[in-house]
Amino acid sequence: MGVRVAEEWLHSCSGCEIALLNIGEPLIDLLEQIDFVHIPVLMDHKYYGRKGEGDRLDIPEAEVGIVSGGVANEEHLEVLEAMRRQCRILVALGTCASHGGIPALMNSWGMEEGIKDYYATPTTDPCQVPGEIVPAPLDRVYAVDEKVKVDLVLPGCPPNPRLIAEVVTALVEGRDPVLPDKSVCDTCPTRREGKGGVPRVRRFLDNAEYDPHRPVSEMRCLLEQGFMCMGPVTAAGCEREGAPACIGARVPCRGCFGPVRREGNQMLDMMNALASNGVDFKSVVDRRSILRFSGAHGLLRKMRSGK
Amino acid sequence: MGNVINIQPVTRIEGHAKIAIHLDDEGNVRDAFLHIMSLRGFEKFIEGRPAEEVPRIVNRICGICPWMHHLAANKAVDACFGVTPAPTGHKLRELCQVMAHINDKILHFFFLAAPDFVLGPDSDYSVRNVTGIVREAPDLARQVVRMRQLGQMMLERFAGKAIHPVAGVVGGFAKPMTREERDRLLADTGELLEFALFAMDFARKDVFARYEDIIGELGTITTGFLGTVDDSGALRLYDGHLRLMKADGTITEFPVSEYDQYLAEHVEAWTYGKMPYAKCWDEGFSMDLASPKGIYRANTLARINVADRIATPYAQEELEAFRDKFGRPAQGTLLYHWARLIELVYACERSIELLQQDDIMDTDVRARAEAGAGRGIGAVEAPRGTLIHDYTTDENGCIVRANMIVGTTHNIAPMNMSVKEAATSLIRGGDYDEGLLNKVEMAVRAYDP
Repeated sequence: MGVRVAEEWLHSCSGCEIALLNIGEPLIDLLEQIDFVHIPVLMDHKYYGRKGEGDRLDIPEAEVGIVSGGVANEEHLEVLEAMRRQCRILVALGTCASHGGIPALMNSWGMEEGIKDYYATPTTDPCQVPGEIVPAPLDRVYAVDEKVKVDLVLPGCPPNPRLIAEVVTALVEGRDPVLPDKSVCDTCPTRREGKGGVPRVRRFLDNAEYDPHRPVSEMRCLLEQGFMCMGPVTAAGCEREGAPACIGARVPCRGCFGPVRREGNQMLDMMNALASNGVDFKSVVDRRSILRFSGAHGLLRKMRSGK
Repeated sequence: MGNVINIQPVTRIEGHAKIAIHLDDEGNVRDAFLHIMSLRGFEKFIEGRPAEEVPRIVNRICGICPWMHHLAANKAVDACFGVTPAPTGHKLRELCQVMAHINDKILHFFFLAAPDFVLGPDSDYSVRNVTGIVREAPDLARQVVRMRQLGQMMLERFAGKAIHPVAGVVGGFAKPMTREERDRLLADTGELLEFALFAMDFARKDVFARYEDIIGELGTITTGFLGTVDDSGALRLYDGHLRLMKADGTITEFPVSEYDQYLAEHVEAWTYGKMPYAKCWDEGFSMDLASPKGIYRANTLARINVADRIATPYAQEELEAFRDKFGRPAQGTLLYHWARLIELVYACERSIELLQQDDIMDTDVRARAEAGAGRGIGAVEAPRGTLIHDYTTDENGCIVRANMIVGTTHNIAPMNMSVKEAATSLIRGGDYDEGLLNKVEMAVRAYDP
């Protein structure tokens, strides 16, 4: 018998579950130490019994519960509360669970208005918003810790498979996992020369300047090249082969691991970072985009008018 | 009133759904539904975002096929800004798209679908999964895990991220391919092609041959099909024009940019999923099993049905064998699995073909774009079906309106019909068990939703 693990996905895309699989061959060995008792993407444990005869949502008891996705409808909430009840240690996996993630961009409008517009696109036949059987939306998208107590948070969009393996291994071994606490910049090898001398943020409409045959460490810092790069205000953890994942692809960071400190505000921190780099913050075209990964916890609020 | 069997959640699929089977007083199936239980609404919240940022936002629609959304979005933004991508940038995008099909198909066939076949539809739920396969067939499991991982890692090594990619950009691609990268990818895709041919062979002998009785029947319905072909009628995943085929084989073709003249979306009150249908057939929408109206299917079987041929040799051979056995169009729902493996072979062959072209290493990979007002419609064939992104931008190059038809959506009405067909033929007189309910789910799983 291994450590019992339950996994659920809420307002999510399944990228966290694919990241879990991307642990690769070591996952096979890890499977000898854990027993999945509930994980809808991989196994057929049902909420209401094997013949659908139950009347109460049932998730088996587990030592470790892992939840991906934010909370945006009544079913998510019901499932999350059951996970909390049944799991001794609850892990919020991925940036949707930790900070709302991309779907929390909806908080600028609220769930109801967003859904209403979805059913009014030009190719959609005139209709009412579905409301039978399907779970009703909450007012907005919540991070998991806004609804239940969370014991461990592992952000990332997606989270780094290496860190997922570390968390699972640590929990199996009964120790605290070793997780990064720095910023993306702290793990970035690009060359810094001081202030960039670019007073306005450049949109990413042409490629950065670099020699593709030379390593990332010889490319000049993208922020200094004048691009909005959220490395200074984003939690580390994405790096692979010696560079943050996006920087390795020669594109600027967009903040997908959420703020460096869990309760930080990427928008406020980025304003400061730009200012200290001599860049006029007003040149940012769409400031809400800076909170695209961390709009839960009330950070992205409803806009007053249509804009 | 009879009772309702709730299968919730539908498992080993990639989203949130439940099946409800309504029985009458005699315990026979009165009706059955597949309810899609969650909705995020990307169309709304990309409003106001700078369009060039959208390809790295909408990839979060799906963590299994993020490349598809990423690239359909890039195409749509190219068109909004009126930029023609650099030829090598265009080629690198296609390479990543077909490479992403490879690990997607391995994931679905071996991790999600295979437990039903390898361990059997009636095996206990606690072993009927990938860990059960690890115990039952450890060598096969290890090889499958290694191959799927190779498929993901080759994308990650070249493009930085395999899940939620960032390397496709308006005007082309963010980085060129070096010779070392090309050579290693050629070796990797060569290994994956060998595995694909093995998988085809394994499935033919050890899976399809064992389940011939249900393959033609379970969840089988009669519908039209939608896919993408080139000017010669050959299967295409990355670009081409759309081909809509009626159940009798009659064909309508149209450019992606005119999709809204041919397709429309029906909505029911009991599911968040919209139901696209062929508006151009002028027969309306109905999921009646005996005489469906406007219903077509997408995804692997659809593409295999609408294509006249496949332009790579091994996949073409497989297509011919498939067609000899099942005809055209083939309607068997479980044949989606078979078609999926034919496409796996194609995706490997096409990756190799692209990598062998020396201009794939050209360093001019991105054309400069100017943000501005426009409308752009971009499409690719995602693993789960034709994926269409349609954006309108303002003079600042920010999104003012968006419409998307996502691969799985095309199959929502057909999946409902397959559930009803499977449940009706399996459940009689209130007699059912867990294995039988799993068979109803198998009819959904074939569509890989």
